[in-house]
Amino acid sequence: MNLFLDALAWLADPAHWTGPGGVPTRVLQHLAITFAAVTAAAVLAFPAGVLIGHTRKGAGLVGAIAGAARAIPTLGLLTLLGLALGIGLGAPLLALIVLAVPSVLAGAYAGVQNVDPEVTGAARAIGMSPRQVVFQVEIPLAAPVIIGGLRAAVLQVVATATLAAYTADFGLGRYLFSGLKSRDYAEMLAGALLVAALALLLELLLAAAQRIAAQRITAPAEDTAEDTADLPEIPREKERV
Amino acid sequence: MNWLTLNWPQVIELTRDHLLLSAPAIVLSVLLAVPIGRLAHRRPRLGGAVLGAAGLLYAIPALPLLIIIPVLFGIPLRSPATMIIALTVYGLALLVRTAADAFGSVDPRVREAAVAVGHSPLGVFWRVDLPLAVPVLLAGVRVVAVSTVSLVTIGALIGVPSLGTLLTDGFQRGIPAEVATGVIATMALALLFDALLIAAGRALTPWTAKRRERLLPRAETT
Repeated sequence: MNLFLDALAWLADPAHWTGPGGVPTRVLQHLAITFAAVTAAAVLAFPAGVLIGHTRKGAGLVGAIAGAARAIPTLGLLTLLGLALGIGLGAPLLALIVLAVPSVLAGAYAGVQNVDPEVTGAARAIGMSPRQVVFQVEIPLAAPVIIGGLRAAVLQVVATATLAAYTADFGLGRYLFSGLKSRDYAEMLAGALLVAALALLLELLLAAAQRIAAQRITAPAEDTAEDTADLPEIPREKERV
Repeated sequence: MNWLTLNWPQVIELTRDHLLLSAPAIVLSVLLAVPIGRLAHRRPRLGGAVLGAAGLLYAIPALPLLIIIPVLFGIPLRSPATMIIALTVYGLALLVRTAADAFGSVDPRVREAAVAVGHSPLGVFWRVDLPLAVPVLLAGVRVVAVSTVSLVTIGALIGVPSLGTLLTDGFQRGIPAEVATGVIATMALALLFDALLIAAGRALTPWTAKRRERLLPRAETT
């Protein structure tokens, strides 16, 4: 338990909160690479997921991508890309995008596909074009599940972004690896606590966002709507480093 | 291939290490998740809290957990025990929900019938609830097995030998063949666990084989 006090002392030291290696900089780097990877994955996978959910064609593709991504160990993906692309941010960023794609794809696909066919049928019957059905009916109704997919992707990426420090001087993982190398347990533990706290914070924020989106759909007029119990869940099957 | 022919004894040894880290963790998480999941199913109020806690536990990334656990348990950082505890925590976080769902999937009328024909509460659990929960439970265990085998590789970063050692060592020395061997061997091990679990599931639920045969022709016509 003494080591926890050392880690807290490390965190309380003002010298660790300034400059290029300081905690705020590292946290911002960590958030920046997470945001960049999830955004890139969303740009790639979201339209594809919506299209597959809307046409109900190519669902097998989603399963195949999710299966392949699940089987490959994250560290293996990162080291293979690291050898191919060299030291730097390219390899971790690409690895993180690959990791984020299946969750975003599954969320968009499952959300749109789960929209009641009677609702989309009614939308068509009152004269909505296919484009209007997708943008004004299916995507809004699928929002909670789409956010669920993003939530799974963000959690996966914010955890794995720790490994970015293995091939680049970037993010909170730096404290873990430099502490490991110099046997500075306080630094290592402080870094571990920071990553864990950041992941938990993002999980709670995104869970709240998902709940709010679900409430708006189930009971737009009142605030008393119940929880997200009957939403299709995004499978969280990938190992989380 | 040349790298592998020169280094296969090391690969065999690391595969053994990998097995000895992942198998105990998978077994432990099943043994712990079944009673906790059962409790969560029987006491929904308590269960909600337990499942919420499991969800949050799962949100903690593994590498930081590997560093926090030795401090909590007072064990050395680079020990197999650290790995097995961390992997069990993860397996448990994933499996508790599945276990609760698995007991929820048992038809209450079947349970009532078992009580009516004179099973004791313990007998209902062992001879009715648990066997009927196996199919749903097994689906969860398969996910945990694949995830655990993958996650063992992370231990190489803190210096616990496994097939992950091939990934870090191959990366540092710039040998793509070594890294590729590590990736393929890890995936093969995961597939092996999966195949074993499917076989175990067939053996534990012989009644589903008959049902499969009966249902298949009908399923094809729909």
